[in-house]
Amino acid sequence: MDFVDTPAEAAFRAEVRAWLGEHLTGEFAALGPGNGPSDETGWEVRVEWEKLLGADHWVGLTWAKEYGGRAANLAEQIIFNEEYTRANAPTRISFFGEGLFAPTLIQFGTDAQKQRFLPKIQRVEELWCQGFSEPNAGSDLANIQTRATLDGDEWVITGQKVWTTLAHRADWCFVVCRTDPDSKSHHGLTYLLCPMDQPGIEVRPLRQMTGSSEFNEVFFDGARTAKENALGPVGEGWKVAMATLGFERGTAFMSSQLAFEGEYAELLEIAQKNGAAEQPALRDELAQRYVGLQVMKYNGMRMLTNLVKRGDVGPEASIGKLFWTTWHRNFGETAMRVLGADALTVQRAQGREYEIDDLHYIFMASRAETIYAGASEIQRNIIGERVLGLPREPR
Amino acid sequence: MNFAFSEEQEELRRTVRQFLEAKSPETEVRRLMETTEGYDPSVWKQMGQELGLQGLAIPEEFGGQGYTFIELGIVLEEMGRVLLCAPYFASAVLAGNAILNAGTDAQKSALLPGIASGDTIAALAFTEPSGKWDAAGITLEAAESGGRYTLSGEKMFVIDGHVADLIVVVARTAGTTGADGISFFTVRGDAEGLTRTSLSTMDMTRKQAKLEFNNVAAEPLGTPGSGWPAFSKTLDQAAVALSNEMMGGAQKVLEMSVEYAKVRVQFGRPIGSFQAIKHKCADMLLEVESGKSAAYYASWAAAEDNDELPVVAALSKAYCSEAYFHATAENIQIHGGIGFTWEHPAHLYFKRAKSSEIYLGDPTYHRELLAQRIGI
Ligand SMILES: Cc1cc2nc3c(=O)[nH]c(=O)nc-3n(C[C@H](O)[C@H](O)[C@H](O)COP(=O)(O)OP(=O)(O)OC[C@H]3O[C@@H](n4cnc5c(N)ncnc54)[C@H](O)[C@@H]3O)c2cc1C
Ligand SMILES: Cc1cc2nc3c(=O)[nH]c(=O)nc-3n(C[C@H](O)[C@H](O)[C@H](O)COP(=O)(O)OP(=O)(O)OC[C@H]3O[C@@H](n4cnc5c(N)ncnc54)[C@H](O)[C@@H]3O)c2cc1C
Repeated sequence: MDFVDTPAEAAFRAEVRAWLGEHLTGEFAALGPGNGPSDETGWEVRVEWEKLLGADHWVGLTWAKEYGGRAANLAEQIIFNEEYTRANAPTRISFFGEGLFAPTLIQFGTDAQKQRFLPKIQRVEELWCQGFSEPNAGSDLANIQTRATLDGDEWVITGQKVWTTLAHRADWCFVVCRTDPDSKSHHGLTYLLCPMDQPGIEVRPLRQMTGSSEFNEVFFDGARTAKENALGPVGEGWKVAMATLGFERGTAFMSSQLAFEGEYAELLEIAQKNGAAEQPALRDELAQRYVGLQVMKYNGMRMLTNLVKRGDVGPEASIGKLFWTTWHRNFGETAMRVLGADALTVQRAQGREYEIDDLHYIFMASRAETIYAGASEIQRNIIGERVLGLPREPR
Repeated sequence: MNFAFSEEQEELRRTVRQFLEAKSPETEVRRLMETTEGYDPSVWKQMGQELGLQGLAIPEEFGGQGYTFIELGIVLEEMGRVLLCAPYFASAVLAGNAILNAGTDAQKSALLPGIASGDTIAALAFTEPSGKWDAAGITLEAAESGGRYTLSGEKMFVIDGHVADLIVVVARTAGTTGADGISFFTVRGDAEGLTRTSLSTMDMTRKQAKLEFNNVAAEPLGTPGSGWPAFSKTLDQAAVALSNEMMGGAQKVLEMSVEYAKVRVQFGRPIGSFQAIKHKCADMLLEVESGKSAAYYASWAAAEDNDELPVVAALSKAYCSEAYFHATAENIQIHGGIGFTWEHPAHLYFKRAKSSEIYLGDPTYHRELLAQRIGI
């Protein structure tokens, strides 16, 4: 066991810190991490900030240099994420492209596809959204009904996606469609890449309980994309989609723990000022949250060690996802109790349409975290069946 | 960053597991728990002479193997897994560390080699009938006259105090309170004026004694009156050690639950295919793995002896004892009626878990310690 950076890692950390110190200033620094990936607050500034990151190759860090990356290793990616979070830098808008789609593309894409898409993600010239969920395909993703058929050199897509975060801002969508009309379940699906700006696509915003409209309904009515925009083999989209979900559950949220450290510190300061920290029940609750926060850190370090050794996190990622989402939800509730009567009103609005504080936002947004990227019940099924080897339910 | 055991450490785990599976099967645990002594002297001897377990974390200069708390944690985890009945925790962990923390070099040289070889069984007597786990719980005063000390008073819940050859006593100098005046002494197990009574324990696999001191002559260990830092550190180390031991038991009951859920059929299906049971097992795994993360990290902090130790000790004791107890309780539930029988081992773990949760202070107590240590 060893928890210290190697000299090379320490040098890389210093480089990241120095860069952030120099560039994360003024209106960029003012953005802060408090919002979801597509919250409209400060949108233009957020885009500008990410372009700046891209220009200095902090986007796509681990990708080959020919795609604009730095060919960094995993440890360096983690160090970057840690320093980024520690610096209170803004939540990333290119999450879906860089964090979910790109690793899938690197695993399954042709050279031509990689050359076409990676550099634009890297320079933050194209944003992506994830077209998986449908009204009848949520947890049961294999029940996808959106269809795509080949018409000459083009796929024609018809159907509906829902809860599509950032669809109203995205240039492209990775969309899982049923391409074999006679198929059922996870057979006959294809992972298509589809441009958003076309007459066959209509995006209707959905308002979330937080008041903002980060997700949308997306209607495909004869939307078109080129034949070569299928990622992986036609009919084998399930495998590709599972890889994306693997990245979403595994590595994408690895640095959340550090962000939570910041949130905890903020809450603790309030609790010390308003006397909540002296109240025995709340004091114990605050200590419980701290225990969970540290255990989350240790779990993360163990998971990371496995990741570096084995190359993937595996189904154990479900443990991490279940842990952090449950913790964050409990933390949101603790926060409301600590605020007491002050939770009833807004103290310092953050420029949102429905005026709530950062802690209100956490209290609410954490309710989505136990649903997306595989709901908690689904994670428990995965842990039970794939980690512990318990029998599946009869179907 | 590397949060994994080395190949050598994994090898140690395999060796210890093999040994304990052979020497401490459930039949032996059940046999020994019905005896007063509560351990098998021949197994104890083998542990010391063949495997060098008692001296594992004692420095070589004092007759030990010179390994760290990480290796000690591994051994304890394996012992917790089989509910080993032996005075290991009392002697190698509690008393051994107290002597290392409090003693002078000369005292360490005199006392530790015997503990390391297993020839001496030692115990740490600190808790009193008040059941307090901190400095305030130490009220037994040492009387001094011409540089000689005598002890009078009572110690309770002394793990393996009834079989110990050497007893390390935590007392205080006359007229002091709190952390002031905390002092360590050593007393022979058969000292004149010392009455030892075996207690009936809820967890029969771990024995405890009441010790009554009536003008018992005692040797100071270190400087009388200034023992608080050493005592505080001993308690933190004990919490880390117990956390590791608990996770061994927790892993074992998780395995029992999962195996049973795969084979027990009701309603024409294995019960593990019902989500009510499957999700219980998933939650157990989450807590057991998380508890291990905390316990292993705490072992590392104890091995480094760094300033994270007090915080990590308190949080791992709080987390691991809840995880362990929860796992043992769910294990009974998953087993249905069989889980409630004397014949099934579920209750042995259930009882060990509850007494480990309470011993050294319950989770609420440790969260309060944590709150103070991180400044909540
Ligand atoms: C804020 C937010 C952003 C999102 N962004 C995107 C996005 O960008 N792209 C995208 O494709 N999707 C997105 N989603 C959708 C998300 O992936 C789905 O909400 C999720 O998969 C759950 O599906 P559902 O909402 O249809 O709920 P359902 O699947 O209908 O689940 C309802 C309840 O039933 C439970 N349940 C379902 N099946 C089982 C089972 N087998 N056993 C036990 N319990 C079960 C669930 O756990 C849940 O509690 C987003 C969701 C949210 C909340
Ligand atoms: C102290 C005691 C006294 C008793 N006295 C009597 C008595 O006098 N007379 C008598 O006839 N019986 C008696 N019983 C038996 C008792 O009724 C059974 O133990 C009980 O019905 C459970 O059955 P089981 O033990 O076979 O467990 P199982 O049915 O095998 O259950 C094992 C586990 O699986 C779970 N499980 C089972 N089916 C499902 C499902 N469909 N969905 C989700 N989870 C499921 C259970 O909840 C349990 O957690 C007694 C039991 C005890 C403990």
